[in-house]
Amino acid sequence: MSVNLLLFKITLLLYFVATVFYLIDVLAQKDVAGKMARWVLSGGFLLHCITLGARWIEAGHAPMASLHESLSFFAWAIVGIFLLFDLRYRLAVLGAFCTPLALGLMIFSLGAPREIKELNPILDTWWFPVHVSLAFAGYAVFAIAFAAGIMYLIQERLLKKKRFSGLYFRLPALNTLDSINYKCLSFGFPLMTMGIVSGAIWANMAWGGYWRWDPKETWALITWFLYAALLHGRLTVGWRGRRAAIFSIIGFLCLLFSFLCVNWFLSGEHSFRALAGG
Amino acid sequence: MNIIVVGLSHRTTPVEIREKVAFAPTEMEKPLRQMLALSTVNEAVIVSTCNRVELYACTRDIDNAIVQLRCFLADYHNLDNAVLAPHLYDYYGEDAIRHVFRVSSSLDSMVLGEPQILGQIKTAYAYATEHKTAGLILNRFLHKAFSVAKRVRTETSIASSAVSVSFAAVELARKIFEKLEDKTVMLIGAGEMCELAARHFVSNGVRSVLVTNRTFARAEKLADEFGGRPVPFAEFADYLPQVDIVLTSTGAPDFVLSAEKAEEVIRRRKNKPMFMIDIAVPRDIDPRVNDIDNIYLYDVDDLQGVVAANLKERKKEAKKAEMIVEQEIGQFFRWLGSLDVVPTVVALRRKLEDIRRSELEKTFGNLKGLDEKERKAIEALTAAIINKVLHHPTLLLKQSSNDATSDGYIDAVRALFNLETPNPDNEIKPLDHFDGEGKRSHG
Repeated sequence: MSVNLLLFKITLLLYFVATVFYLIDVLAQKDVAGKMARWVLSGGFLLHCITLGARWIEAGHAPMASLHESLSFFAWAIVGIFLLFDLRYRLAVLGAFCTPLALGLMIFSLGAPREIKELNPILDTWWFPVHVSLAFAGYAVFAIAFAAGIMYLIQERLLKKKRFSGLYFRLPALNTLDSINYKCLSFGFPLMTMGIVSGAIWANMAWGGYWRWDPKETWALITWFLYAALLHGRLTVGWRGRRAAIFSIIGFLCLLFSFLCVNWFLSGEHSFRALAGG
Repeated sequence: MNIIVVGLSHRTTPVEIREKVAFAPTEMEKPLRQMLALSTVNEAVIVSTCNRVELYACTRDIDNAIVQLRCFLADYHNLDNAVLAPHLYDYYGEDAIRHVFRVSSSLDSMVLGEPQILGQIKTAYAYATEHKTAGLILNRFLHKAFSVAKRVRTETSIASSAVSVSFAAVELARKIFEKLEDKTVMLIGAGEMCELAARHFVSNGVRSVLVTNRTFARAEKLADEFGGRPVPFAEFADYLPQVDIVLTSTGAPDFVLSAEKAEEVIRRRKNKPMFMIDIAVPRDIDPRVNDIDNIYLYDVDDLQGVVAANLKERKKEAKKAEMIVEQEIGQFFRWLGSLDVVPTVVALRRKLEDIRRSELEKTFGNLKGLDEKERKAIEALTAAIINKVLHHPTLLLKQSSNDATSDGYIDAVRALFNLETPNPDNEIKPLDHFDGEGKRSHG
């Protein structure tokens, strides 16, 4: 087993342990577990940074080219952004929703072929990591919004139906969740916009055209419009609370679809095959 | 020395009897003095609240002390012993410690986790120290009970959720708004519960209060109390868009706020959430309002449901609290056990030391020719003999302090060496004084 794979597996293990701790915190209502989860997750994140760095050196290009690499990078971005949010909000329950997502992506990534692909030389410029990083940073922020959205819908249901189960005590106030949603939107939307713009510039340099309507681009545009509509609605007519939560959930599902299905099943410049230059 | 508890509480006794045995807080000196005067009682504390009356005592004779305390409680209140007896419980040893720790941590309260009981026991303790009826052991014991209660409070969330309807409303508001500081409350009508809830909101950070009432003068008066603003009843709906929390309890037979009106209000608020609490019966707000997005409407029954859920949550936390109590019992019980051994060992050593000193003086008086070196040698020799003789008994006494044999050994040692029993005045000392002595006797 290569050192890289070993690092990867230990990272995965730490994410798993953190997920279990977060779930214990929320389901068994033990604050200690949440605090331990934070440390384990931070450790896992640090190791993940090293894993990605090692992979970068080994591959000679940013580790975002294959399905294995981009899933792992996606998970890394989610954990990183979550830890940033955690500094401000200290919400173990948010961790209980985000870490399983990161863990799932990591397991998925472990299952994907791990060999290093040569990057098509015309694509191998600095625009590649810039475009992918911006896009994934946006994805990760929207993943937090997705988690907060689910939490909002649950808490809103509990308050409306007047059912006070353990989750009611564990979930934060509606306004807190709504403000997380807004924060995510106001960071995620610019990131996503810059991701799309940088992609267009990169495409123009590689192929001599900004936009080619490949399935990924189309889906990205649809998702972008969705988030743009939500941001607009929030600022002008007060689309907040439940509606914002539902929008964030749909938006993230679109993102996931465009990331996984389009890259995988549909053909186009964004498929990993195209990236590797055939 | 043993700690015993004799008493009754809401669990064993109906209020008709509880009120007869309660002690008036204005005259605690008399019962405390009488209790301390009982032949078997060395220290006394009386806790008397509307839910319980308990006597805490220190004694060397558990069985007789319990009998005496049971009689004392009946006699003091001129009750027939037979009437009172079936309601009384008594505890000694570990059970007494467990009981008092549980009571002070509010695990035995009618409303689990209610905070008053700790204050009540502190008051009882203050009376006992004022009248000097609590000595070394009860002092230490009650301080320990207070610290156990504090640990329970900080390490479990037994007291963190609201168990009154008006406070439950504040808690719900926190689950919606998180912070209440920048929120506005509107009071419609002036029911007692409504005012109480409003008071809770104000003491929890709400700064802006609007009050409306059919009689404007009443609205003005109430607004004055909360530092709020009176609003004419006919126009209250116009103010609703700036209101986050609505409290209603009017005597109106119909709805004061319709679903249509509420919908319009939430639209004008750009969907900023609203929390409405309808305490009136018949209700003031159309129940369909709860179906509107971003409005959360609660009536009295709903709030009662919150209280019930919180109580269930407290029961869960109580299990953690019981574990904390168990941990602390063992520690305190061991301290209590060692208490009798230490003064006995000290007295024994002092007795032998006194004998040695007087014999040495006699000997040195007779043998004037001894030089300094020889005197030193004789002194060292006699000291060594005493140490050797005392070594095993001391060890045995200290070891026995962990089990039931210690009382027997202590009695025997005191009788065989004719050690005087400790002066009760010496036993009644403030806490820190004891700590100093304890350290010296160990060293």
